[in-house]
This record gives sequence, C-alpha cells and structure tokens, in this order.
Amino acid sequence: MTATLVAVQVLNGLQLGVLLFLVAAGLTLVFGVMDFINLAHGVQYMLGAYLAVTFYGLTGNFFAALVLALLAALAFGLLLEFVVFRHLYDRDHLDQVLATFGVILFLNEGVRIVWGAAPLSYPIPQLLQGTIPLIDGFGYPIYRVAMILSGLATAVLLWFLVTRTRVGMLVRAGATNPRMVSALGVDIRRLFMVVFGFGAMLAGFAGVMSGPILSVEPGMGDGVLILAFVVIVIGGIGSIRGAFVAALIIGLVDTLGRSFMTDIFKAFMAPAAANQVGPAIASMLIYLLMAGVLFFRPTGLFPATGR
Amino acid sequence: MRKVLTAALVAAGMGVGGAAVAAEPLKIGLMGTLSGPPAVLGQHINDGFKLFVEQQGGKLGGRDVEIIVADDELKPDVALTKVKGLLERDKVDFVAGIVFSNILQAVFRPVTESETFLIGANAGTSTFAGKGCSPYFFSTSWQNDQIHEVMGKYAQDKGFKSAFLLTPNYQAGKDSVAGFKRHFKGEVVDEVYTKLGNLDFSAELAKIAAAKPEVVFTFMPGGMGVNLVKQFKQAGLDKNVTFLSAFTVDETTLPATKDDAVGLFSSSQWTPDLDNPANKAFVSAYEAKYGYVPSLYSSQGYDAAQLIDSAVKAVKGDLSDKKAVIAALRKADFASVRGDFKYNTNHFPIQDYYLVKAVKRADGKYATSVVEKVFDDYGDIYAAECSMK
Repeated sequence: MTATLVAVQVLNGLQLGVLLFLVAAGLTLVFGVMDFINLAHGVQYMLGAYLAVTFYGLTGNFFAALVLALLAALAFGLLLEFVVFRHLYDRDHLDQVLATFGVILFLNEGVRIVWGAAPLSYPIPQLLQGTIPLIDGFGYPIYRVAMILSGLATAVLLWFLVTRTRVGMLVRAGATNPRMVSALGVDIRRLFMVVFGFGAMLAGFAGVMSGPILSVEPGMGDGVLILAFVVIVIGGIGSIRGAFVAALIIGLVDTLGRSFMTDIFKAFMAPAAANQVGPAIASMLIYLLMAGVLFFRPTGLFPATGR
Repeated sequence: MRKVLTAALVAAGMGVGGAAVAAEPLKIGLMGTLSGPPAVLGQHINDGFKLFVEQQGGKLGGRDVEIIVADDELKPDVALTKVKGLLERDKVDFVAGIVFSNILQAVFRPVTESETFLIGANAGTSTFAGKGCSPYFFSTSWQNDQIHEVMGKYAQDKGFKSAFLLTPNYQAGKDSVAGFKRHFKGEVVDEVYTKLGNLDFSAELAKIAAAKPEVVFTFMPGGMGVNLVKQFKQAGLDKNVTFLSAFTVDETTLPATKDDAVGLFSSSQWTPDLDNPANKAFVSAYEAKYGYVPSLYSSQGYDAAQLIDSAVKAVKGDLSDKKAVIAALRKADFASVRGDFKYNTNHFPIQDYYLVKAVKRADGKYATSVVEKVFDDYGDIYAAECSMK
C-alpha cells in the first residue's frame, strides 16, 4: 500500500464522484424545485450513452457525437416532460414513483429493442488516448483526467448559473417556495421545463462521458440512479452544493473502501475471513454513511434553506 | 357448438394411439433470460436452438415442433411460475435453455420430478452434477468449474508463478476461484471480490498494478467483463500482465470491446473456427441468418436442439417410454459442433477444452479462436458423487 497507490485511488474516487455529481445535479434540481421524484433520471443517463453510440456511428467523431447526443438528450428530456411528467407534478410522491418506474421499464425495454441486448461501445477520442505513468507499468488514463476536469467545469458552470443568473435565482426561489414564486408572476411550468431539460442533459452528458470506459447496455442507469439518490440525500435535497460535496464524498468513500477495506481487515484477521468480510463491508460503506448522515442531520449536509 | 367441442375434447383425450401422438407437435419450452442486461446470453442460446429447428424444416426427430419461449427475467420466483405454466398448462415434452445457475436451481426439481426432460444449454451447477443429479437432466454445456479449471491448468502448465484473482462477490465468483486454484499451484498474490454488477474497475486495476502479478484471472460475465477489458487496456496493463478469463471475452462481449480485447485469453469448449464439418456449416448458416458471430452459448443452444432431434428420432417420435428416451439422449448420437462429445454418468459432457484468444477476423468482425487444447475428453469431478451409473 504505497503513497502512489493511494493517490491513484483518490483520483479514481474523484472521477466516480464527478460522474455521480453530473447525474445527481439534475436529480436534486428536479426534486428540489419541483418536489418531483424522477426515478427515470437514470434512464436519461443511459439514453445519453446510447445516443452517443448512434451518433458516433454516423459521424465517427467523438466530439460531434457528444454535441449531437447532448442536444438529442435535451430534446428527449423535454419530450418526456411534455408527454409524461407534466401530468404528475400535482400528484403525490407514490404516483410519481410508480409512473417514473414505469418509464424505466418502458425505456430499458425500448433500448433493447432498438439497439439490441448486447453491450455496445465507442472508443476514446484520439486526442485523449494514452496514459500518465504513475505506478511502474500502470498509467492513469488521460481520458479519466478529462472526465474529472469536465465534471469540475460543469460544477463551476452550474454554480455560476444558479448563483449569478436570473434563471438561477428563480430556481433557488422555486426550491424554497414554489407557490410564492408562482404568485409573483413567474411561469413556474416553464421554469420546471427548463430545469427538467437541463437536468436530463446533464445526465445525458454523464452517460456520453461514461460510454468509452463503461459498457453501454440496457439497465446501465439503474445502479447509477441509486447512487445518485444516496448523493442527494446526503447532500441535502435541492442543494447543488450539497450534491457536489456528497458526490465527491461518496466517490472517495466507495473507491477507497473497495481498495483498502480487505487489506485493513487482513491486518487483524485471517486472509480467508478478511476476503469474506472486506468486500461485504466495502459495498455497505456508502449506505452506512448515508444512515449516519440521516441520523445526525436528517435534512442532509447542506439543506436547501426554507424547506 | 359446445357438443362438438366436448366431442373433440373427448376424442383428443382418448386419442393416445401412436397416430395421434405423431400428429401432435412436439412441445418444447425454451426458457432463458431475455430481459435486462444479460438478455444477450438467452438470445444467443435461443437463436442457436431455433436455427437447427429451422434447418430441419420446423421438425425435430421427424415431428413438428412447437417452441414456447419463456423469459425467466433472471428471477428464480418468476422462473418457477413460468416453468410450472410450461409443465402444467402447455404440457411440454422438453424444457431447454436456462442461462443462469440460480434459475437452474429453481426449475430443476419441478421439471425433473414431473418426469419432463430438461436440456440445460448453459448453467451447470455442481449440485446437479453430483449428489443431486437426475436421469431427466442433460447438459449440452459444461459443469461450471471446468471452464475455470482450464485457466488454472494453463497457468500451471505455462509455469506462471503468481496470479491475481478478480471475481464478483457471489457464489459463482467464489466457485470460479476454487476452480482456478484446483490446478494452479503458484502464488495467489491477492483475491479481490467486487460487487456484482460493478461498473468501474479503476480501483481494482490500480491494485493489480501495485501487486505486479504475472497473470490476472478473472470471471466477469456480461457488461462487467466489457468494462474490465476496456479499462484493463486503457490502463496499459496488458503489456505486463497476462489476462486469463472465463465467460468474459466471448462473442457476446466482443462487439463492445472490439480491439481492446484482441489478444486476451479465455477458455471454452467451442469457438467459431473450430475445425469440423458440423461447425463450419453451423457458423456460416448462423452468420447468414442473424448477421452476427455465434458465441459458445449459441453453439450450446444448437447442440441442445440436435440432442433432442437425435433422441426423438431414435424412439421414432414416441416419447411415452421415458426410459427409452433417456437411453437415446444418453447416447448423444449427433455431430456436435464442438467435435468430440459424449455423456458422462451424470449426464454432463465429456469433451475437450481449449485456451482461446480474441481475434479480429479478415471480415472485420471479432471472434474467439483456438490457441491450444488444455484438456482432452475431460469430465467433471462431481460425477463420482452422482448415483447414476
């Protein structure tokens, strides 16, 4: 367990963290601003990746595919909002959960029909290929560094949008008291649509960026969705800042836990027993963390004020 | 109308003579996982199975065939409900397919206890190869351990000194580690168990790099394997570490991993380029019909149909004498696409196993290719515990 290995794992944790942030940002906005539970958010992550597969096939260029997939993800998000979600805002959470769960089933199956069940992929762009040598014989892929940077850039952009622009101000106001915002003459439905489309696009962006390192397959968004919910619960629902901090914490805790938990147990247990206990505890860590946060700070680390 | 219907029903009920049996179609319940990420495995098996039936003009052993496809959704309870429907409502003659071990475990007893023939085209749990074996069960694949044993044996024969083992944290993952270690006597530098369905292996790859093993052995089915292979290559580990795998690099994942997987090793009882006439005909017909390269799963589905065909033919379409059908199945009297194929006492195959490698073919498609034979006419270790002789 050298310092380099720890450093590599911290990078890995950060990379998972920013990926989660991209998904969770949209989720927390939608949840916070519209009080709308959108289980289908993970599906939008999956769709981003699938759209990129198609556009990569058409253009043969990663960046062109990225832009086209983002636009298509935005359009699809707005379409979903128009067709399904719009009719659910006034219903209670259980109805929303049921309906959006239905959307998951529908789209997972739809994706399988359109693109087939076999996992797909597209390559890393030429520009970002290669590695940065860290450990002897092992390099840290430049693409992953690019993922971290693009995630951080998105976070900065979001911060700017939310705290420094008029729309951002309305979004913050909407998260605090949607009725009052509506009473002040803001078309809250349109605001919802903008937030929703933007959230779908962010999830799509995470999907597109994941495509070259993860397999693109039906249901790929389901696991990410669960983690994203953990992130927004820990971060405080409706809080972008909370989502950012919580995503990085989750990314680091999960990655470092997976890497070193078994070794830690090996220090005072028989190796066979440690091999049993280590992975089990490591996969529980983030949920233990969530339980702890909920116990001590039921509204999350950075609750959106006024809720 | 009702009278006519009743009369017809009575007639059907009484008509158990030879003529009536031959006129009725042979009913086969084809059960596999057809939804969710692993659906591709079920699809390959079914495509292989249906291809052979189609080649026979929709018949097996001279009888018309009715195939009832059932999706187990990779949920044992769903599988149980659906298999009961196949047995009680549809009254199928054969149940074939079954991708996953936990599904096989759920349906094995209901099917075999109703004295219906169960043709396993993939999963081969140790229980049913050993103490829990049944005369009504036949496998056209392997016993789970064997594929992993191939890799352990190869690593041992090649004199590799140190291995890093990486599998998902569930029963099949632990079985694979046990299978690998059965023949590998070198040092295991570390065993890492990841969460089932793990997406990102960056943490594990860094550990491999730090541990500096000569080989890494892994069992990462489906999308997990795709992710691992791509990330293994991206981290540049393929230059220093030999990648040995089971159910990770095959024709179901190669369309996604493409060049990243080329040169990586896997083990199998079959490859598309295995040189025998039955296989050449199978592969070219399969690719012509479906437009993709068949996998070992497809070959197992195809052989399952061939096996049923051979047995039904041997008993001249009359399945009423179950013992005769079992004896006919036991003979495995067909040209398996994998070449040598015969049944062990526990109704699992005795066959050859190969070290295989992912290659890019001349036509630009990716496939596995035989490197060398590791086991010749190899049976599993559990057959001794089976009471059938």
